[in-house]
Amino acid sequence: MDDLYREIIIEHYKNPGFRGELDPNDYTYEDENPVCGDHIRVDIRVNDSGIVTEAKYSGHGCAISQASADLLMEAIIGKKVEDVKKLTKQDVLDLLGIELGAVRLKCALLPLKVVKAGVYGVGKESELSDLD
Amino acid sequence: MSVDFSKYKQDFPILSREVHPGKKLIYLDSTASTQKPQIVLDAMDDYYHRHNANIHRGVYTISEEATELYENARAKVARFIHAPSARSIVFTRNTTESINLVAFTWGRKNLKENDLVLLTELEHHSNIVPWQILVQEKKIRIEFIPVLPDGILDMNAYKNLLEKKPKLVAFAHMSNVLGTITPVKEMTTLAHQVGAIVLIDGAQSVPHLPVDIQDIDAEFLAFSAHKMCGPTGIGALYGKFDLLNEMPPFLGGGDMIRKVTFEGFSTNDVPAKFEAGTPAIAEAVGFGAAIDYLSSIGMEEIAKHEQEIALYGLRRLEESGGIKVIGPHNQRGGVLAFDMSGIHPHDVAQILDSEGIAVRAGHHCAQPLHIKFGLPATTRASFYLYNSKEDVDSLIKGLDKVKMMFD
Ligand SMILES: Cc1ncc(COP(=O)(O)O)c(C=O)c1O
Repeated sequence: MDDLYREIIIEHYKNPGFRGELDPNDYTYEDENPVCGDHIRVDIRVNDSGIVTEAKYSGHGCAISQASADLLMEAIIGKKVEDVKKLTKQDVLDLLGIELGAVRLKCALLPLKVVKAGVYGVGKESELSDLD
Repeated sequence: MSVDFSKYKQDFPILSREVHPGKKLIYLDSTASTQKPQIVLDAMDDYYHRHNANIHRGVYTISEEATELYENARAKVARFIHAPSARSIVFTRNTTESINLVAFTWGRKNLKENDLVLLTELEHHSNIVPWQILVQEKKIRIEFIPVLPDGILDMNAYKNLLEKKPKLVAFAHMSNVLGTITPVKEMTTLAHQVGAIVLIDGAQSVPHLPVDIQDIDAEFLAFSAHKMCGPTGIGALYGKFDLLNEMPPFLGGGDMIRKVTFEGFSTNDVPAKFEAGTPAIAEAVGFGAAIDYLSSIGMEEIAKHEQEIALYGLRRLEESGGIKVIGPHNQRGGVLAFDMSGIHPHDVAQILDSEGIAVRAGHHCAQPLHIKFGLPATTRASFYLYNSKEDVDSLIKGLDKVKMMFD
């Protein structure tokens, strides 16, 4: 339990480094978890070589979803968009450093789902199936 | 004389389970689904051990026994809500299916373009979406009776809305979020004065309050067994017999027909007309046993016990600081939904779980109501006959731990 709310999660939840919006942006997407109503929007800027230069998230949700979003923004900055597309569920769990049950897993994965839907573009939901 | 409720806890085997080492289950989510007493489990077990067979068609002994058990359960349900006859009780899967049955049979037949259906802002999704489907399908209109900031329905607004001559008024007898108990009898009488039909969502009232449907005089009442000590997979729809009789069937198949030819079919009598296919027989038996159990304690007593815990819980939560409970402050059912500023309900529920305390986090299938109160989600603790003030004390202690972790 006290594992689940590790220092790093509470810290990113209370003092996020990447909260906000980017306008203009190159990719933007938002979605919510229908079970709990958690809502996340992600805005991303990339440079000419297709590398993420800035990433911000906004919305509301639990400590797990918000910390996951904050850590994910930090992780994708400096990465090629093509590599962002390859991020997996395990990458997010590694960032958080915790094990999660089925319900909370959805909280943790919502930010990655939003990021991927953003960079893949709407209509490519099949690319996200491993996150459900 | 008041009943000592502490003795009932031992009737529920699950309540002695440890969910984490040294942490016994403290179950505060009965609004979502209640726990089951041993006698309900035994009744279903006995059914499968001794009487299991399909009903209504067999002439052999155990099929006749199964049929009798199933129909006895229907009679128990009827008596429990003071229905005039067992023929007014249709078995369904749950409250949701009961409401959908009315929408898709009575509603499809009787509602036309621009006809008005009145709902309230405190409805569960199951009493919103079936009517919204008819908005899409038949272009009916829906208007919502507002909820005032203290969680009570705005009765003046209701009276004004009635002047628009709704065809149907459908509302919850008790809110699964606010704990509000709505004035069902008064609302029904007012609706009848303008010629409207009334459907009551009794998912939270039938398990927790004495309900006399003939006294209320509503046309329809929907409820679920699993919220009243019974099994999942079975619920009931009460309907006034003449209305049920005129309604088209719901699903087509076996049991609901009188006669089938290659050219067509004629329907069976009410309530079989609405019960196509093999029903949930063991679950009906369990439903009947649950009703016997609740009746042996007494619904008046249960309501009083829960009201006491709810008001105690309300006071303790508000005294503990940083917590806002939504809903009425005097008369209310055993449901306390609250907001802890800055801490998400999911986190609250997760930390409480580590203490063995089961509460629900989210919008509790009442998203429009949460939007109205400006809260994306709440944490909800709810009580039943097996809960006690000590459970509230454990909740408060758990919440202190939550505050500490997020401090
Ligand atoms: C007021 C109310 N109506 C309807 C329902 C739906 O009940 P079921 O899921 O058993 O169909 C619930 C369950 O939470 C409820 O509280």
